[in-house]
Amino acid sequence: MELTVKLFATFRDGRFEKAQLDYPPGTTLANIVDALRIPRDEIGVMLVMGRHAELEHTPAPGDTVAIFPRIGGG
Amino acid sequence: MDNILRIDMGAPGGPKATMEPVGAYAGLGGRGLTSVLVSKEVDPLCHPLSAANKLVMSPGLLTGTAATTSGRISVGCKSPLTGGIKESNAGGQAGQVMARLGYAAVILEGKPLNDDLHVILINKDGVHFSVDNSLRMLGNYATVDKLRVQYGEKVAYMTIGQAGEMKLGAASIACTDRELHPTRHCGRGGPGAVMGAKGVKAIILDEAGTTLRAAKDPVAFKAAGKVFADGIKKHAVSGQALPAYGTNVLTNILNEAGGYPTNNFKTGQFAGASKISGEAQAALEVKRGGSATHGCHRGCIIQCSGIFNDEHGNYVTKQPEYETVWSHGGHCGIDDLDVIARLDRLDDDFGLDTIETGVAIGVAMEGGLLPFGDGAGAIRVLEEVGKGTPLGRIIGSGAGIVGKCFGVERVPVVKNQALPAYDPRAVKGIGVTYATSTMGADHTAGYAIATNILKVGGFVDPLKTEGQVDLSRNLQIATAAVDATGMCLFIAFPVLDQPETFQSLVDLLNAFYGLSLTGDSVVALGKTILSAERDFNTRAGFTAVDDRLPRFFEQEPVAPHQVTFEIKGEELDKLYNW
Ligand code: SF4
Repeated sequence: MELTVKLFATFRDGRFEKAQLDYPPGTTLANIVDALRIPRDEIGVMLVMGRHAELEHTPAPGDTVAIFPRIGGG
Repeated sequence: MDNILRIDMGAPGGPKATMEPVGAYAGLGGRGLTSVLVSKEVDPLCHPLSAANKLVMSPGLLTGTAATTSGRISVGCKSPLTGGIKESNAGGQAGQVMARLGYAAVILEGKPLNDDLHVILINKDGVHFSVDNSLRMLGNYATVDKLRVQYGEKVAYMTIGQAGEMKLGAASIACTDRELHPTRHCGRGGPGAVMGAKGVKAIILDEAGTTLRAAKDPVAFKAAGKVFADGIKKHAVSGQALPAYGTNVLTNILNEAGGYPTNNFKTGQFAGASKISGEAQAALEVKRGGSATHGCHRGCIIQCSGIFNDEHGNYVTKQPEYETVWSHGGHCGIDDLDVIARLDRLDDDFGLDTIETGVAIGVAMEGGLLPFGDGAGAIRVLEEVGKGTPLGRIIGSGAGIVGKCFGVERVPVVKNQALPAYDPRAVKGIGVTYATSTMGADHTAGYAIATNILKVGGFVDPLKTEGQVDLSRNLQIATAAVDATGMCLFIAFPVLDQPETFQSLVDLLNAFYGLSLTGDSVVALGKTILSAERDFNTRAGFTAVDDRLPRFFEQEPVAPHQVTFEIKGEELDKLYNW
């Protein structure tokens, strides 16, 4: 299945901002971040179609997945 | 900080200063002192521009000490914008100098007998008044440039621009940073208008001959300070993300989460967001020889700010922060960082709250004055404020007035103060804070974004109604207490996440003052402050209907999640349930 993956802040370093990537059906967010070699403990927030999701979540084909390190402001 | 300095601007024969011991206000600082004092001493029914209002400036409890990131100054008064109580705090150097001079508060009272512009110098020898009408209708930059010839580089300036002199609702008080740029503003709610009404153009604070404030228990203070600083450094937000990208790192995450108010709250995502994101901004600043990491005052170890240069490498302004980038950016449909930086510079120069002003321009766009996305037009409209034209006065009076003047229904204000950069329909916890804060719509009053979006201090789903009132209440109480310490609110990220960092903040207070406060005392302090503010507002005539969002948030679903704000009034009314 094809997903749009977006990375932000330091996660872009050595990777990409936005990519269309193909994954086998049943791929979880954990599989995606591991494949991108993003250390799980550096993850702040993951959004799938704008909603917060956990590592065990399985996106649907065509979904947009956004992965952020721990960030803040205000 | 044993003394309170009262300055009667209306005394016969010219301004008169009196010093008194801190007395009944001992143990209070920052927002704690300003709010308790305003609530006790200011007639809630007075006109905000009248002699009866007071402008109270107070450094925090730890300001002027060796504790890191503790340089905030609070300004309190009855707000010309909301008609309720106001506390607005800023960084820059002023707070530290005022604290080192020994003042728990400096208060401007009364009303001058004529329209002279006064300059007040406060140094270790006392207070000196002068009249300088050559400063009339000068912006903050020109004002400081002129004053520094006379008063030098080693002082802190608090000034008002044209907006304050015209006594407009969005007028701020500028505090200079370490480079003497007037970029740190007590912005929200119009405190600059109150300073203007008191006839004061500038306050100069000179620290020559003063020292850092000394703790009662220096050994314990130093130890707690180390734990505190280590906690800030090791947390990913305060130690890495804020220094690298500044607060504008939020643009992308709010946009992805569908909570980024676009074109005056019509939709929750902005096509141009990535162009004005913190990532893009930091890269541009570095490329142009500015800086993406800069502290607004001595001793800040987070350094969320930066320096924004133009394409030729010349200084334009400090790094516009997230709310400023949003209010002039996505809210107005503008996706050009150079336009946004120019607007930020003009706001700082004229002495305007960037949130109120950007929202006002977006509301004017909705009212047909200019199209959404018109950056050049936005600059032109804002320049009217500096000229003091009727249109400029309307814009500088805030979003509520602009909405009335241009016949707009969708006016995002609570208690007449503009909503900041988070859509309350898609991030419901912040909606509770906007509705119920004593300050009017204010994100800092109870920053539910931390827990709703960023997963700091736990997680409460931003799209659900459950748990939002409790979340906002707890944050509003904690924030009121932090605002009393003089700590920058961004210490809240490590404090919320790391129990030992919270404890070290309490230890700092205990070691400094010889107290034995606990976490519970901090909560009690926060409640005392909020209760004083709420009591003032009640006596000023505010009721439950003032604790509501504008109706369109309940009626118009916002994309992409197609949600409205559906937390009931009865639930909002439970916020102050102690
Ligand atoms: S973190 Fe930012 S706003 Fe806070 S004191 Fe430091 S530079 Fe100023």
